[in-house]
Amino acid sequence: MPPILRQAVGGAREVDANGATVRELLDDLTGRYPAIKGHLLDEGGELNRFVNVYVNNEDVRLGNGLDTSVDSESTVIVLPAMAGGSPT
Amino acid sequence: MGVVSPRDHLAAVKQQIRQISADRAAELLASDAAPAFIDVRERDEYEQGFIPGARHIPRGNLESRIEQHVSDREAPIVIYCAAGNRSAYAAKTLAELGYADVVSLEGGFSRWKQNGYQWRLPRALSKEQFERYSRHVLIPEVGEEGQLKLLDSKVLLIGAGGLGSPAALYLAAAGVGTLGIIDGDIVDRSNLQRQILHTEDRIGTPKVDSAEEAMKAINPDVNIVKYTERLDSSNVLDVITGYDVIVDGTDNFPTRYLLNDASLVAGIPVVHGSIYQFEGSATVYKPFEGPCYRCQYPEPPPPELAPSCAEGGVLGVLPGVIGTIQATEAIKLLLGIGEPLIGRQLRYDALAMEFFELKMRRDPHCPVCSKDPSEIEFIDYEQFCAMPARAATATTIEEAVA
Repeated sequence: MPPILRQAVGGAREVDANGATVRELLDDLTGRYPAIKGHLLDEGGELNRFVNVYVNNEDVRLGNGLDTSVDSESTVIVLPAMAGGSPT
Repeated sequence: MGVVSPRDHLAAVKQQIRQISADRAAELLASDAAPAFIDVRERDEYEQGFIPGARHIPRGNLESRIEQHVSDREAPIVIYCAAGNRSAYAAKTLAELGYADVVSLEGGFSRWKQNGYQWRLPRALSKEQFERYSRHVLIPEVGEEGQLKLLDSKVLLIGAGGLGSPAALYLAAAGVGTLGIIDGDIVDRSNLQRQILHTEDRIGTPKVDSAEEAMKAINPDVNIVKYTERLDSSNVLDVITGYDVIVDGTDNFPTRYLLNDASLVAGIPVVHGSIYQFEGSATVYKPFEGPCYRCQYPEPPPPELAPSCAEGGVLGVLPGVIGTIQATEAIKLLLGIGEPLIGRQLRYDALAMEFFELKMRRDPHCPVCSKDPSEIEFIDYEQFCAMPARAATATTIEEAVA
């Protein structure tokens, strides 16, 4: 979980979620932590375009998107765009 | 064993190798797939002039150094010396090392000059520079030549803050000849927890002035170009054109997107860094070779979902790590060495003390880098970044259509 979403999941760096695809995984996760839903998914249930999801270090948007399959060994990383640096 | 005269020996060696004329060598040098030219003369001879693009490896060091410069045994190589004798021996030696396509320049550098082909005088570091940069000169991948390249290079630092501080200090120390620095802010006490360019006694002064003072104090050789204006669509190309590498250490999305689009137009690689609390990331966006920022994040998050460091905080050391990685990548790009972070996002988690890498690919439908540079148009980035994601989608599509 990225830092900006951790508060919404009780401060956890890693959380477990169930599902055979990224979509099912995120549905499970947002079901349990409704506060993160708006961060991750748009109103149509698709991944927001400022959020990237990586399955085993590969960006799912360049694969099968939310239909990318996952198994119990998969590491899924959720990363919203981060601007941090210094003001100019 | 029979006694062989040096003259007969040389003649025999020349029978075993291939030689080419100066005319043919000049043709090869001008071709698209020019072979590697190796100058095997002594340093004092080389200093009197050499064939442009040639590598200088004195014959005595040839066996030990050739692999650093030409590792591919099939690569074509042209060897020359002053008159074509030492290069004949050298060609034989390289053939023995397994190099398959080696030729010796008949008549050597003398014939080359006589025939009126172009040659250059090498530049050399001054005595003071040699001393200052001696630890660079000692590294084969940098050497005197690489150091001269750094001295000729221009890097633009976007932001003189957390990320810009270590990047600016290290790039100045490394002898990057021209460092541009853009920041409209003034030094504030709350900056000093991480922005090591600045000092207590410079609170209230423009950050670019403070940065200049710090960089000059380390290395007076470096030419500093200061910009206090905010980057926008109207000035961005004027500011960035002419720089070899851009180090992006901004904290806001409008500048990130603007810079991305402008760097694609100008064809300048951007070394990107970002930080938040205990985590940071770095990558290199090399125009049209790897993904761009928009391939990775087609749209910015709405402001309420993207807290800045000013809002969310940042560990003071974190930008030290990420900014230093950015400086490293900038130097690699300038020298053309190593494997830059193109298409790879390096992520760092200070609490877990973990580094990991994410793969990034070019998006063939990217609204920006799928276009020809001449067709890329700047948009209103403030508006683009202030809009809710849904409305921004419409803008992007219109952009793509337009």
